[in-house]
Amino acid sequence: MHPAPSVIAFTTLSGLGFGLLAFLGLGLPPVTGWVSFVFFFLGYALAVGGLLASVAHLANPKNAIKAFSQWRSSWLSREGIAAVAALSVMAVFAIALIFFDIRLRLVGLLGALLCLTTVFTTSMIYTQLKTVPRWNMWTTPPVFMLHCLGGGALLAGQPRLAAILLALLGALMVWAWIEGDEKGRAGSTMETATGLGRIGKVRLLEPPHSGENYLLKEMAYQVGRKHAVKLRVLALALGIVVPVLLMLFLPVTHFTAFVAIIAHLVGIFAGRWLFFAEAEHVQALYYGR
Amino acid sequence: MTSLPQTTEKKLGLVIDLDTCVGCHACVVSCKEWNTSNYGAPLSDIDAYGAEPHGTFLNRVHSFEAQPESGCSQTVHFPKSCLHCEDAPCVTVCPTGASYKREEDGIVLVNEDDCMGCGLCAWSCPYGARELDEIFGVMKKCTLCVDRIYNDNIPEEDRVPSCVRTCPSNARHFGDLGDPESDVSKLVAAREGFDLMPELGTKPVNKYLPPRLKDQPSKAELTPQHTDAKGLFAWLDKALEKL
Repeated sequence: MHPAPSVIAFTTLSGLGFGLLAFLGLGLPPVTGWVSFVFFFLGYALAVGGLLASVAHLANPKNAIKAFSQWRSSWLSREGIAAVAALSVMAVFAIALIFFDIRLRLVGLLGALLCLTTVFTTSMIYTQLKTVPRWNMWTTPPVFMLHCLGGGALLAGQPRLAAILLALLGALMVWAWIEGDEKGRAGSTMETATGLGRIGKVRLLEPPHSGENYLLKEMAYQVGRKHAVKLRVLALALGIVVPVLLMLFLPVTHFTAFVAIIAHLVGIFAGRWLFFAEAEHVQALYYGR
Repeated sequence: MTSLPQTTEKKLGLVIDLDTCVGCHACVVSCKEWNTSNYGAPLSDIDAYGAEPHGTFLNRVHSFEAQPESGCSQTVHFPKSCLHCEDAPCVTVCPTGASYKREEDGIVLVNEDDCMGCGLCAWSCPYGARELDEIFGVMKKCTLCVDRIYNDNIPEEDRVPSCVRTCPSNARHFGDLGDPESDVSKLVAAREGFDLMPELGTKPVNKYLPPRLKDQPSKAELTPQHTDAKGLFAWLDKALEKL
């Protein structure tokens, strides 16, 4: 699948932002006043920045408002509604905390739940696609949730919790890679795609067109698979190992936290890039790819 | 709502005969011609006369080679467009309600006034039947020529999809696959029509008819002729042998 920078930025940044907001809603860290303003500003900047990046991915954004209408059937629609609900509820909590020094615990708890719901709906957009077997696995939602919670814990200054969550995330990422490699295209082949398996082995003789097209650009991306091993090592080392070691074995200062967060961010960018780039779509079988 | 209808009154669709398709791409051209000037936004072409021409098509013809365990391989031309699936994943994933399946005839359509161009429906389609138009930013797909098949303003013989009307080898058939007595249903039954990627559970309405198996080449060997030549030919035979 084509790793569109806007979608990678959206899923990673908004995941981190919603993670931080969820922790703030639960009162971690127990900040008030202007310090809490800085935390909320960071959370909102990441979450809203990510959402705006996702709008950049649309070819016809003037109709984006209609995306709130189909929550009965569409995970993408549910995501939009959950995101707006989470940001609105957290705004009430944040305003009360920053300007009036009042901690509305229930509102915070509800906001935190909505933040996690948003990330879950994001993960389900990918998980639901049977056409991309590497995404259509039970590991996809927990990987997204642990990205959100682990990164959120890092940003919220919870070193122990962050280390545990990120270690879990690392283990699950490795599991997903192995299971995804084994799964391949889940039994779909050029023979099932064309129905010509009844004759024998099928190969593409001539593609339907000599140039590129939307289908090939979007769903037959091949660069990422070549560098899969390197990117996996990069994602694990920077996204998981460096921040976990820093959080567990060094005194937590602003500097170590900053290094841990930057390393984590670069690592998850690599991991998320790979999440798209190495995912194979079954329709590419019609092009022999 | 982008929920799928429980059942549809008709199941209009295509039956494509892989045995008779000659791979001329006439259906591709006629589809582009009809649909660029009728339903919805045009099907744009980019760099049409340049080095890297590309554009939006609703129907494309692939060519495959199938190699049996023994004998010659078989070349199969393979037209592919939207299969108007009964369990169409492209409809339920749509967040704006632009993508829908009609209750009356089962045709899957995109209401371009609602489409925001997110591309998720194209991701959910196993067949590569949907293409996002680069210029107009909306999702394009086969409409089964919904603006021809019910059109009283054109002669009756033209009230079929453009690809079906134009196919010179009669490899494309249009009809109600929900009616077991229809010509297309009988054709599917007689020729053992099949679904593409049935393992994905999309229940396509369109069916494909398998190519008939090729004859095996004759095993008879050439027998040497005129071994008992006489006279001039016998002398010639000997002389040539000695050369």
